[in-house]
Amino acid sequence: MEFRAELKYSQDHEWVKEEDGVVTIGISDFAQSQLGDLVYVNLPEVGDEVVVGESFGDVESVKAVSEVLSPVTGVVCEINEEILDAPESINEAAFDAWFIKVKDVTEYDELMNAEEYEAFCAK
Amino acid sequence: MLIFEKSRPGRGICALPGNDVPAVLPSQKDLRETKLHLPELSEVELSRHYTELAKKSHGVNDGFYPLGSCTMKYNPRINEEMAGLPQFTEIHPLQPAHTVQGCLEVLKTAERYLCEITGMDAMTLQPAAGAHGEFTGLLLIKAYHESRGDKARTKIIVPDSAHGTNPASAAMAGYSVVSIPSREDGCVDLDKLREAVGPDTAGLMLTNPNTVGLFDKNILEITEIIHSCGGLCYYDGANLNAVMGVVRPGDMGFDVIHLNLHKTFSTPHGGGGPGSGPVGCKAELAQFLPSYRVAEGEELSLYKAENSIGEVKSFYGNFLVVVRALTYMMTLGKEGIPEASKNAVLNANYMMNQLKDLYTMAYDEVCMHEFVMTLDPLKNETGISAMDIAKGLLDFGIHPPTMYFPLIVHEALMVEPTETESKETMDYAISVFRDLYEKAHQDPEALHMAPVTTPVTRMDEVGAARNPVLRYKFD
Repeated sequence: MEFRAELKYSQDHEWVKEEDGVVTIGISDFAQSQLGDLVYVNLPEVGDEVVVGESFGDVESVKAVSEVLSPVTGVVCEINEEILDAPESINEAAFDAWFIKVKDVTEYDELMNAEEYEAFCAK
Repeated sequence: MLIFEKSRPGRGICALPGNDVPAVLPSQKDLRETKLHLPELSEVELSRHYTELAKKSHGVNDGFYPLGSCTMKYNPRINEEMAGLPQFTEIHPLQPAHTVQGCLEVLKTAERYLCEITGMDAMTLQPAAGAHGEFTGLLLIKAYHESRGDKARTKIIVPDSAHGTNPASAAMAGYSVVSIPSREDGCVDLDKLREAVGPDTAGLMLTNPNTVGLFDKNILEITEIIHSCGGLCYYDGANLNAVMGVVRPGDMGFDVIHLNLHKTFSTPHGGGGPGSGPVGCKAELAQFLPSYRVAEGEELSLYKAENSIGEVKSFYGNFLVVVRALTYMMTLGKEGIPEASKNAVLNANYMMNQLKDLYTMAYDEVCMHEFVMTLDPLKNETGISAMDIAKGLLDFGIHPPTMYFPLIVHEALMVEPTETESKETMDYAISVFRDLYEKAHQDPEALHMAPVTTPVTRMDEVGAARNPVLRYKFD
């Protein structure tokens, strides 16, 4: 299980990276391992608003469909179309297979650092 | 082998009777340009094809089928006998009412019995299945609020343990869904519910017993919280088999309910049913029920209510399914109906108690008609998942329980034996579960390969979902 030190994490198992005012969001390695093999991903459109704690998309595995909750409030400025065609890339490298990039961020969920998140997952 | 692969040009069956009415052919412009792909087989080949498929499948008539939340009880033969009567089969939906009084009486009587069992005042038999019933019920709730000129109610509250169809039906009906987390014990968190309700609450969707097989003891308080803010309470009847004839949703404070005749009332289920999802409601909502209700009177007739939401299915729903359900209710009678539920609960508790020393129960307390175990500890210990145990059961002629549901339990297996299974059948299943547990520790690799004795072995479910092949590719 990988926990990348340079990233922040939400309680809903999203990872967050901020760079020059743009926030990149994906799901953690722990999340993908719990979900199992992903077969379908649904993402918002560029320009959509996302809100802290509310669903911005969903991921479907052979087990179940799960919502992906946004760790920030802001406006979607880019989506990763590659994962739409290849959801397995999330299983292979969760921290590279980002979901969306968000700009104009006005609010953050309470986020954990890698160490705190690792402890959170172990609970 | 697919039927198309068995097809040979020129083969066929002359089973159709001669045409005894004048032939009317479609005009040239309506004709197909390419020939329709129809398989060409002789009668014996066709017969063998379907017999072969039937042998590959597993139904309640083959063996134990403890598929949680689906109530795969035995469907008594007498139901089929009644549904096969020519007086019910050789009729037309547009026949004059006075020539089908018996059929209308079936509808009326079934409505009355179902109202009595659920504590509702009126019932429609039109919806074709559970989720269709949910959608219909939500349209009733919407019609109710709109009839009062209240357009602010845009939200439906659904607990996170709910069946996935609940939020989907609410979204279909144009509502936004507010999901509220369950408490540790799987029941509704009253504080979270109080926080979630308000003048924008159209209603709550709930099943009780809930999806983890527990009866929510706060049910009266829950429905009161919703009512006090002006919302309505919707009962998902998926789990009615635990309580029919014992406690009524109407008395718990629910205003609208759907039933699954194909679960609780012993009509065929799986493989397409067809199903039937009657929707019941309290008197103040009856005016909105879908069209074609049976009017009382010297002679029974059909009518469309003025404020009806309209038709949700053609004519009267799946009528012959209603005939089967009515047969079931009349066979059991008012003593038999609660007895069936009590035995369903007893069977589930028996199995749970015979397994809980090995398998970890998600909620270790007296359950209702089903119980949920979590295979998380076993998976951590041995690598054997809920999926592996489910597949392992297939090698012993047992249909797997519901897997990975409810979502709030990790590595969930949800077992619902139903009342129609004997102690011997359950004892056999218990011994298989226990043997698989041993096998998980001794030879996990073998269990990863299971099933090995079935007509098709471990399926590539991920491959099937990622690259589905949905139709035969003709040359």
